[in-house]
Amino acid sequence: MNTLILAEHEDGELRAATLSVVACARQLAEHSAGEVHLLVAASDAEGLAAKAAALPGVDKVLVATDAAYEHELAENLAALVVKHADDYEHILFAETASGKNVMPRVAALLDVSGVSGIIEVKSADTYVRPIYAGNALATVRSEDAVKVITVRPTAFDAVASAGGSAAVDSVDAADIDAGVSFVGQELSDSDRPELTSADIVVSGGRGMQNGDNFSMLDEIAGKLGAAVGASRAAVDAGFVPNEYQVGQTGKVVAPNLYLAVGISGAIQHLAGMKDSKVIVAINKDEEAPIFQVADYGLVADLFDALPELSTALEAG
Amino acid sequence: MKIIVGVKRVLDYNVKARVKADKSGIELQNVKMSMNPFDEIAVEEALRIKEAGHAEEVVVVSIGPTASQETIRTGLAMGADRGILIETEELLQPLAIAKLFKHVIDKESPGLVILGKQAIDGDNNQTGQMLSALTGMRQATFASKMEFEGSDVLKVTREVDAGLESIRVSLPAVVTTDLRLNEPRYAKLPNIMKAKKKPLEIIPVADTGVDVTSKLSVVEVNEPPTREAGVIVSSVTELVDKLRNEAKVI
Repeated sequence: MNTLILAEHEDGELRAATLSVVACARQLAEHSAGEVHLLVAASDAEGLAAKAAALPGVDKVLVATDAAYEHELAENLAALVVKHADDYEHILFAETASGKNVMPRVAALLDVSGVSGIIEVKSADTYVRPIYAGNALATVRSEDAVKVITVRPTAFDAVASAGGSAAVDSVDAADIDAGVSFVGQELSDSDRPELTSADIVVSGGRGMQNGDNFSMLDEIAGKLGAAVGASRAAVDAGFVPNEYQVGQTGKVVAPNLYLAVGISGAIQHLAGMKDSKVIVAINKDEEAPIFQVADYGLVADLFDALPELSTALEAG
Repeated sequence: MKIIVGVKRVLDYNVKARVKADKSGIELQNVKMSMNPFDEIAVEEALRIKEAGHAEEVVVVSIGPTASQETIRTGLAMGADRGILIETEELLQPLAIAKLFKHVIDKESPGLVILGKQAIDGDNNQTGQMLSALTGMRQATFASKMEFEGSDVLKVTREVDAGLESIRVSLPAVVTTDLRLNEPRYAKLPNIMKAKKKPLEIIPVADTGVDVTSKLSVVEVNEPPTREAGVIVSSVTELVDKLRNEAKVI
């Protein structure tokens, strides 16, 4: 039986998270001997359809076009997925703000359980997902006829963006809900890589003391080509906007290198970054819990260490 | 307008979850339990809406074991008007919870339902979206700001991955709360006493006639793999050297 993925995109490009979901779908397809289909909903889907068709491991691209799909409103996307849900065994979404918004609607409309944020595929019907902020891992089995799932993008290595040649089919749009509309957005204007897909993340905590001091992290991030993140404490203190937040209730990241500066390492922060490949902690408190998960720890005042680090990176 | 707020009794967020020896779940005996933090935010927002004159009544609803009465009483002590407990000793999945909320909503006809975006035990982040889909009420998740535009339209600012976005939904609607929507008040002692006299209706789950069976089951629960302890470096120079030549990540 086949797997359907709702593709995510912005500014005419597929989001990196969708490439990870395709990787997960390929694992499921091996267990189910099925095809992987990607559903692209957009106001202008032509360029996107070609990009989706080029993903290795995608067998078919379904394209639905309607002006209303531009803003990813849950009511409209869920109706579209349900309209085309027949004959699929798995329906996958990325565990992103958008995917989390839509997936449970689709599950409820199909009268099946939703499975949130899987990090491992054990078999066609059995998956592993973190609970309690990642302090425990639950293995769950779904006996529903169709499994409706969000996939944690950091847990699956993204497929390449080229090399495939899937067929592209146009499909009908679904009814559009007039009771909900998009008003506007305030997005961070940053030339840094996106936090959840960056190879290196430099994060600051309460130890940064104020928002201005984050410029020190910006400087280092610039030299490393890194994204800048923050702990909840730093966000709650108003140092940086909420989209910087890494943790249980913020973003989950798993870069090659995570540099935690002035972050004590609360459970809820660790939940968002402990799957990073290499973790570095800089903190003046040698008892800080962050050192228990760090591969390299430096006990130092960050206001001494950061300028030194910046200079050392330049010398490289 | 009436507002329904959902509250869940969960392991207190300051308590570290420990996996039971038989791998059946998390140890919940003899540990502190509290209202799910996102639900506290939901109660607070409902009370502020009522205080601003947009609503007449705030009803706190919980679905869970007998002890969830305490969680409802906490909401009543914060200022909600009455409570409903749908009582079940079973650990229900979000779909069943959403169906039970729908059962309450069909009877109560609220203009607004406010739920936490997720409970910090199961971390599912599903119930609000499912409830919206099942009832046809509009959906606004991850709210960081709620503004009324007239009596039947709500503008909701939502926390999304790239920043904030705002949407406009017609009422009735289901809103789920994110962390920065508000800072919940503490219940004052006289209000805690008063809350004991506020009405709390208890409905056994069997009396609702709602099918709460689930085809999703937990096979086992395990501890996550622990990271091996790393090394403490003595200087920035040593750190950069290790990152370049040992870990090879920069």
